[in-house]
Amino acid sequence: MSGDSFKECGRIVIVGAGLAGLRGAETLRAKGFTGSVTVVGEEEYEPYDRPPLSKQVLTGHAPANHTLLPRLGPLDGVDWRLGVKAVGLDRSANQVHLDDGSALSFDRVLIATGLRARPWPKKEEAALDGVFVVHGIDDATAVRRRLEAGPGRVLVIGGGFIGSEFASVCRMLDIDVTLVERGPSPLSGALGGVIGDIAAGIQRAHGVDLRTGTRVEALEGDEDGRVRAARLSDGEMLQADLVLAALGGIRNTEWLRGSGLAAGPLGVACDAGCRAADENAIVTDDVFVAGDVARFPHVLYGRELVALEHWRNAVVGAQIAAHNMLSEPVHRRPHVSVPMFWSIQFGVNIKSVGIPSIADEIVITQGSPNDRRFVAAYGSQGRTVAAVTFDGAHWLEHYESLIMSSAPFPPDLGDADQATGADRKPAAFPPPGTVSHGPTVVVTGHSPTEVRAHRIFTEEMNP
Amino acid sequence: MRVVVDLTLCQGYAQCCFLAPNLFTLLGEEALLYDPGPDDSERVAVLRSAAACPVQAILVEDSSAS
Repeated sequence: MSGDSFKECGRIVIVGAGLAGLRGAETLRAKGFTGSVTVVGEEEYEPYDRPPLSKQVLTGHAPANHTLLPRLGPLDGVDWRLGVKAVGLDRSANQVHLDDGSALSFDRVLIATGLRARPWPKKEEAALDGVFVVHGIDDATAVRRRLEAGPGRVLVIGGGFIGSEFASVCRMLDIDVTLVERGPSPLSGALGGVIGDIAAGIQRAHGVDLRTGTRVEALEGDEDGRVRAARLSDGEMLQADLVLAALGGIRNTEWLRGSGLAAGPLGVACDAGCRAADENAIVTDDVFVAGDVARFPHVLYGRELVALEHWRNAVVGAQIAAHNMLSEPVHRRPHVSVPMFWSIQFGVNIKSVGIPSIADEIVITQGSPNDRRFVAAYGSQGRTVAAVTFDGAHWLEHYESLIMSSAPFPPDLGDADQATGADRKPAAFPPPGTVSHGPTVVVTGHSPTEVRAHRIFTEEMNP
Repeated sequence: MRVVVDLTLCQGYAQCCFLAPNLFTLLGEEALLYDPGPDDSERVAVLRSAAACPVQAILVEDSSAS
């Protein structure tokens, strides 16, 4: 089925009822698709927004059930299949198999299954009462209840964005918190060691008991199965009655095993127009991918495959995918938006544009880290590839234009309030696998990390 | 009602914080905290905030959406 008849009476299944799934469904209807749209979601909830969960929901500013996403377009006749999980994709029969035993037939399918939080790896310890991840509404509701009850000490494992935001929430609520990070500093996986050191200073100034270069070896419970302490790599037994594992995410691709698609722990590979690729790198015509789970070749990064765990990427990717699902080849559009990210912690608005983790150099271009208000630019091979702002969001657009034009590094800011004595320094990204949190961007492609990734894949899929 | 702020766009102009101080709060210089599910009685204040936002970052569900 093609062209007008598909637009009128085709069948589209969207697997994943998060931000990307919702915006994808809206875009299909907004662009005049009148056929059937079925959205499959593992959770019982209508599409909701995750970023507030680790911020205003945990602080008690808003309850978790307030995070349902606004619907911004027509969704006439969309069939929401919530509380069921996709367990397989049969590309010969064009069917999505569900865990209730049923199957949905499609002409085109959009994969938007996102990721889930990586749990504390030791299953028995992860099952202790008081050990949590924060990814969904249920997690946030349960953790908020514990925070309200007033825990003695909170332990956060992992100093990425979620872990750091959680430590910030604890301090706002005047709760004692220890953050244990295996790497040299918090946020260093995403933003490098120079920014990581600044983040560490901010955390300590806010009273976080920050332990870097330290691992949690084991969690211990009492006779009632409640967590009570953690054994650290330096031998200390740290008392804690609430533990948050903030170890990054796992992309939900296991259900695609056997589908023949290029799917694994790094995501589902697709082309710049969101069409999924198969294991032989042949692009498919009827399978599309969007959101956290998509790996697409980005024009700004040598067309290497990029996976972005960013809010904006889910919105834009889904819109592009939906557009392309309905379009003839000459009218298809590429997904070329510049990656952008934000985090709110310790009263600071941290934002980034571009992909910092591919940089080798960094320079503070404006403001001063001492004031906790500054902009830093990241360079790779003499070009500006990313920037981060601490309470300097209004500068971001300017840096976006520098990145889009591959401006020289360090950037010339003309008469702007350029930082004095700005020195270029190594960006100091820790080697892969040495931090307990990852970057929220994974750049993959024809690099040795592919091999490592394959090994992770094998371990996770065949435990 | 349902609200989401595209914090990728938000630059902390804080117009919303003046127009709907119960719903939008700045933490520090420019970090926005907001209630994404305000009571329907706040609709006018929310719509005013959305209209006033210099970067149009506040997205509100159209009540006619199904």
